[in-house]
Amino acid sequence: MLKRNLFRFLIVLTGMLSLMAAPAHALVEININKGNVEPLPIAITDFLQGELGQKISDVVAADLKRSGLFAPIDKGAFIEKISNPDAAPRFEDWKVINAQALVTGRVTQEGDGRLKAEFRLWDSFAGQQMTGQQFFTQPENWRRVAHIIADAIYKQITGEEGYFDTRIVYVAESGPKTARKRQLAIMDQDGANARAVTNNADLVLTPRFSPNKQEITYMSFEGNQPRVYLLQLETGQREVVGNFPGMTFAPRFSPDGQRVIMSLQQEGNANIYTMDLRSRTTTRLTNTAAIDTSPSYSPDGSQVVFESDRGGKQQLYVMSASGGGQNRISFGDGSYSTPVWSPRGDLIAFTKQSGGKFSIGVMKPDGSGERILTTGFHNEGPTWAPNGRVLMFFRQNAGAGGPQLYSIDLTGYNEQLISTQGFASDPAWSPLLE
Amino acid sequence: MSRIHTPAASRMNTIARNPVMIALFMTLAIAGCASKKNLPNNAGELGLGANAATPGSTQDFTVNVGDRIFFDTDSSSIRADAQSTLARQAQWLAKYPNYQITVEGHADERGTREYNLALGARRAAATKDFLASQGVPAGRMRTISFGKEKPVAVCDDISCWSQNRRAVTVLGGAGM
Repeated sequence: MLKRNLFRFLIVLTGMLSLMAAPAHALVEININKGNVEPLPIAITDFLQGELGQKISDVVAADLKRSGLFAPIDKGAFIEKISNPDAAPRFEDWKVINAQALVTGRVTQEGDGRLKAEFRLWDSFAGQQMTGQQFFTQPENWRRVAHIIADAIYKQITGEEGYFDTRIVYVAESGPKTARKRQLAIMDQDGANARAVTNNADLVLTPRFSPNKQEITYMSFEGNQPRVYLLQLETGQREVVGNFPGMTFAPRFSPDGQRVIMSLQQEGNANIYTMDLRSRTTTRLTNTAAIDTSPSYSPDGSQVVFESDRGGKQQLYVMSASGGGQNRISFGDGSYSTPVWSPRGDLIAFTKQSGGKFSIGVMKPDGSGERILTTGFHNEGPTWAPNGRVLMFFRQNAGAGGPQLYSIDLTGYNEQLISTQGFASDPAWSPLLE
Repeated sequence: MSRIHTPAASRMNTIARNPVMIALFMTLAIAGCASKKNLPNNAGELGLGANAATPGSTQDFTVNVGDRIFFDTDSSSIRADAQSTLARQAQWLAKYPNYQITVEGHADERGTREYNLALGARRAAATKDFLASQGVPAGRMRTISFGKEKPVAVCDDISCWSQNRRAVTVLGGAGM
């Protein structure tokens, strides 16, 4: 069953906490662009008071650690026990354990039942507060508050937007490989709060978030008619996208959320179409006797990258959003598929098949600078975190098992399993929820 | 969890240039080709006893005629062995004209999801076209692709994947 009000805005940033010292230029910073950075040692103390404060601090630490950019210090090494998170800590105690940055905080229950969460981020070596914020929310939203705090810390120290307060829509798989059940599910980016979005026998594939986070587009075999659907997450309202005379598949939204771009199969050929969600008009963008599929818009909406086997093997092509100027951009060994344009615009991620291996890689939109991030028996279907620094994809090992989700950063060094209850594939990252 | 970094690209190139690896790959590929020619797809080959089924029944079609054909990797060409199966199917369908059919196209797992949906559709279309050339009226046939989502064989070698690259002629079939 669909959960209502999935994305209702419940967390209120009520203001910045006053700085305890003059805000000088931050001394603690991570330059993501330098490549394989040494993770920044950071001390994340338990938020006062009690169990919930500890759980929030654990989620913040787990987010930052998983990014590969931070190395949370074992709490057992802490010297100072924070008793007043508003007061300046004893910076010497934190410098001794090389905590470059320090996080203190507090959660309290308000009279109206709401949760108030506050945190401060300190630069131990400069002896300064870097930032401080407070939030009000319903108690059941405590994990979101923790993700928002982790995003604020990430942004303060790296200068980049975070990606922790986000969700993943994916295909949850269960049962044996020859009779696999596939449903749509949504979870937080760290694998928590997973819940089913569909629950029936129909095969469903390739879910994608709309830019406004309220809808998903996906493919369903309902009624043995494989077609692209649109689902309103809050109401559960569903509709078929377009009235096409054949299988439609591989849908994605345009960056403004006003169009769905997808493939239409007719006989042996697949071509790329868009449907305007307001006017309901459809437009054909490609016209080949080949398989053109997996279209993905550039973030400014002016271009589309897609895969086509018009030249023999699957390769990546870029065209204008109106279908003009279709140019091949991939020229390496093997075949290329499932291209996805980075939200930053600077890279295109893809699946590459070569030498019996399946890899996840990135290249620039002109096809130069190809880099393989991970390779193995079967890696497929990358999706970008909203800050364009991290990818998620699914990995299948040989044999009877099933796929699982992994994240990897652009250096290729920081690969993480995303824990799901059963098998999982086709992840698609939401924009930031905030 | 393996951690393979950017140098993996150059390592893969090394493998591609390595004659031993290429030879090994070729051997596997040839073994795969050999085995897929021998895949059983009718009753005699399966040893099920050809006379068990009632003539004109679904079982008769599946067991005595052969309900499926197989394809080479990334290909939708109807192979010679498949042509004889489809010719038998067309003869049987001419004899029992009340059946509508659905041709289901499938791909093996060694491809990406979206492409395999289209590849399965291409295989189903090629199969339908061949049946039409053998006299089966187009109005009796519909097609559907399941991509790589419904494998019949589960393993991790080439001979097994070849069983999943198939088009299955289903009497009635999905949605009919």
